[in-house]
Amino acid sequence: MTAFPDFALAGPELLLAAGALLLLLIGAYGSEKRSSLVSGLSVLLLLVAAVAVVIGRDGSTFGGAFVVDGFARFLKVLVLIGSAVAVVMTQRFAVAEKFFHFELPVLIVLATIGMLLMISAGDLIAVYLGLELQSLALYVVASFHRDDGRSTEAGLKYFVLGALSSGMLLYGASLIYGFTGHVDFAGIAAAAAAGGSTSLGLTFGIVFVATGIAFKVSAVPFHMWTPDVYEGAPTPVTAFFAAAPKIAAMALFVRVVMEALGPVKAEWQQIVAFMSLASMILGAFAAIGQRNIKRLMAYSSIGHMGYALVGLAAGSEAGIYGILIYLATYLAMTAGAFAVILSMRRDGAMTEDIESLAGLSRTNPTVAYLLGIIMFSLAGIPPFAGFFGKYFVFAAAINAGLYWLAVIGILSSVVGAYYYLRIVKIMFLDEPKGAFEPMGGEMKAVLGISGLFVAAFALVLGPLGDAALAAARTLF
Amino acid sequence: MIQALFFYLFAAVTIASAVMVISSRNPVHSVLFLILAFVNAAGLFMLAGAEFLALLLIVVYVGAVAVLFLFVVMMLDVDFVELRQGFMQYLPIGVLVGLIFLAELLMVAGAWVFAPEATATATAPIPDPAQVSNTLALGQLLYTRYVYFFQVAGFVLLVAMIGAITLTLRHRAYVRRQNISVQVARTRATAIEVKHVEPGRGL
Amino acid sequence: MSFWSDIVWPVVVIAAQSVLLLVLLLVIVAFILLADRKIWAAVQIRRGPNVVGPFGLFQSFADLLKFVLKEPVIPSGSAKGLFLLAPLVTTTLALLAWVVVPVADGWVIADINVGVLFILAISSLSVYGAIMGGWASNSKYPFLSALRCAAQMVSYEVSIGLVIITVLLCAGSLNISAIVRSQETGLATMIGLPWLSFLNWYWLPLLPMFVVFFVSALAETNRPPFDLAEAESELVAGYMVEYGSTPYMMFMLGEYVAICTMCAMMALLFMGGWMPPIDVAPFTWVPGIVWFLAKAVLMFFFIAMAKAMVPRYRYDQLMRLGWKVFLPLSLVYVVLVAGVLQLTGWAA
Repeated sequence: MTAFPDFALAGPELLLAAGALLLLLIGAYGSEKRSSLVSGLSVLLLLVAAVAVVIGRDGSTFGGAFVVDGFARFLKVLVLIGSAVAVVMTQRFAVAEKFFHFELPVLIVLATIGMLLMISAGDLIAVYLGLELQSLALYVVASFHRDDGRSTEAGLKYFVLGALSSGMLLYGASLIYGFTGHVDFAGIAAAAAAGGSTSLGLTFGIVFVATGIAFKVSAVPFHMWTPDVYEGAPTPVTAFFAAAPKIAAMALFVRVVMEALGPVKAEWQQIVAFMSLASMILGAFAAIGQRNIKRLMAYSSIGHMGYALVGLAAGSEAGIYGILIYLATYLAMTAGAFAVILSMRRDGAMTEDIESLAGLSRTNPTVAYLLGIIMFSLAGIPPFAGFFGKYFVFAAAINAGLYWLAVIGILSSVVGAYYYLRIVKIMFLDEPKGAFEPMGGEMKAVLGISGLFVAAFALVLGPLGDAALAAARTLF
Repeated sequence: MIQALFFYLFAAVTIASAVMVISSRNPVHSVLFLILAFVNAAGLFMLAGAEFLALLLIVVYVGAVAVLFLFVVMMLDVDFVELRQGFMQYLPIGVLVGLIFLAELLMVAGAWVFAPEATATATAPIPDPAQVSNTLALGQLLYTRYVYFFQVAGFVLLVAMIGAITLTLRHRAYVRRQNISVQVARTRATAIEVKHVEPGRGL
Repeated sequence: MSFWSDIVWPVVVIAAQSVLLLVLLLVIVAFILLADRKIWAAVQIRRGPNVVGPFGLFQSFADLLKFVLKEPVIPSGSAKGLFLLAPLVTTTLALLAWVVVPVADGWVIADINVGVLFILAISSLSVYGAIMGGWASNSKYPFLSALRCAAQMVSYEVSIGLVIITVLLCAGSLNISAIVRSQETGLATMIGLPWLSFLNWYWLPLLPMFVVFFVSALAETNRPPFDLAEAESELVAGYMVEYGSTPYMMFMLGEYVAICTMCAMMALLFMGGWMPPIDVAPFTWVPGIVWFLAKAVLMFFFIAMAKAMVPRYRYDQLMRLGWKVFLPLSLVYVVLVAGVLQLTGWAA
């Protein structure tokens, strides 16, 4: 008989799980009017869980399968904020487009549980289960607007390719298990370190696992699903996809390669460096021709994941610190940008055309200035938040001797700046095409807060940086 | 010896029916061969001493999953000749990918060294089969050491269920549903109305 | 020498046991079939079969001859192999379940550890006979019936499984003989009257589950009032429409053997199997197999009465009962039983 494991460490996850079940019951036994109640309660639940994460203690439980450390806590808070913002931004839009059901916030909460489990994963089985819990919920929310052909198509595409990538991940995990004899990260690391020269099987395992995770972070060459899913999925769902799942998948990537495969850095470093390079370049060039703002954001997110992967390729404490800062700023920028995209509503219909932003500076100057700041930040122009993220990862890459990666990264961010600044140009220099319908209060709040955060990032960098540094240190 | 005999029997039938799954022309026959493969795999489990897993395989996969599978295949009017039309077009690239995979697998298999710990760490938690029955041993591990995975797997299934319901359930207003409690609660007073009709006037 | 004593001899013994069991079982099924018709007739104040033999006792054997001597007809558009395989599958599977049924203490061909699960697995497989028969007939009514049958059986298997889990929780074993033996003690010993052994059996503490099991058994074996798969007013004769002569007889045989299996299951899981109902002298002299048969036949009597008395359900009512009543009820009971056993420390 094994001793019964310590459940208290997984408090936030248990809270979310119990809350999700409760919300499901409230929704199922109430009328459609309860849906907004469920939505509100799930935001509350996510925020309470974030508080629980902050005040929770460190440790590992369930035979090492579930790890709580500074790294996990930092990213969990980011994910929970990202999900809460997504739920906040969902309601009005979904009601207006007539696809709002109480299951939507519940599924987002369930996906968030999956993400938290991914971030805390301490062995390969936990990795797979967390990933599957998250992905399955995401497939469903992608096709949540089931009367819309594009949404259904997005869900189906995501599902088929996601299932393939899960298969790859599982195959890689089985190879790693076969060649190291462990599923827990510490055991794998010890076996890999003891192995001296790594076996071919382990390398193949690493390749397959990296492939599976790269799909989830949508790093090139496993990015193909991203533009289609982003475009097809309902816009608030896209806003959700762009932030929280990316953070969780990136956290998983970091944890797997740093904790399990730390001793065989040479094996994965080239893979990560290549993915990072390819993502940055593709994100920069493919976005140029886009007319649809959701597709543009898709390529933008591919590029940003490429920049974040630079920090992972460095594989140093500074690199991880860079990733954490990058993800925090990325979350704020994405939330702000999508708050605007979700409000691009004219004559009772949504537009997704970039050109329809024309002249926003005259019809709604506040929004235009805030979005402008966010676009500058996405382009990585100082003194906005995006610059700091890029600065830290590139600095880490240079310290790790990856000069070429840093140089190409900077060059591609120059190319990428073109399409971000084009949006600014359209907003400020083009002739207005008529005003959008007034923004909802919650959108204003999200946009305002994220805009301020991005603009005044230099001021928050102190405390945030300290937290990120402490978090990064726990992995070493 | 009987064991070996049955092993070869089950193994041979499993492989043969697996081949038939992908080679038979009629999809219903494919599914039936799949079921045969499942049953024989259960036989192999049984020989290996995993009696609980063997019967679970039959109850869950053969008895429930494959039935639904068969359902879908029978109901769908799949024209496989039509489906295969693009087959030749994709054949070269498919063969290429297959060959690359085969080469990789051969390389892996060529370098195949079982981790010395793989067997040691795997066998550690297995109790003596003479003392603890298969089912009990599984339960003791599943609900203590692996309780986390067990619960998360349960949540994965829950999400799948919610997803299936949200994506397919439609409340159609014109469908009249039976409400048994209302039917039962009907009394004579609420069910009938007595009208006094005067002769020669009608209603 | 060892070849003969280790391999051939056990095989011969098992084969002999199996043949004996099969013959007895088939003879019993013949009379069970007759009993079914007689009970049905009695409820409707008819005489039932009364021509062949005294009181019509040999009616089933006459039917057997008739079925076997008729020409089997295979519809021209059917999938021939599957069409003939389907009745074989039904009969074989139904008979197979009896390999783990202990008819008396120690009288069982294979006393395997997971006997209950084996019966559950076999009964879940028996749906394939109906599906294959319905599909292979290449005809609309049989096909509709096959779909109905499959959905019905899969649905009720869920609640049967959960009911069995409550019994397993109490017994602490999946071995059927062990489950029966675990009913040696229980409520009667607790109240200090150990000779009232029928109070020891699980039917009393698990009464709601016993009822659920009984009703689910009706649905699982396509018995009225859940015989929607062969509802003659809608589907002529269900998946057996295109069948005649021996294949048809095998379907019927499989169905009745499955019913007998369910009766045996109820006798074993809830009614103490081979144990006498009152543990005092005249009752304990009677051999265990008699008690077992008596209990199984009693259960069959209830099943036959249900056929005679209850009108057929509509399909949506059937599904509602399975998923919305039995499933939650049995789930709650599993939790309840587990909780009680854990809190009181009665669990083995």
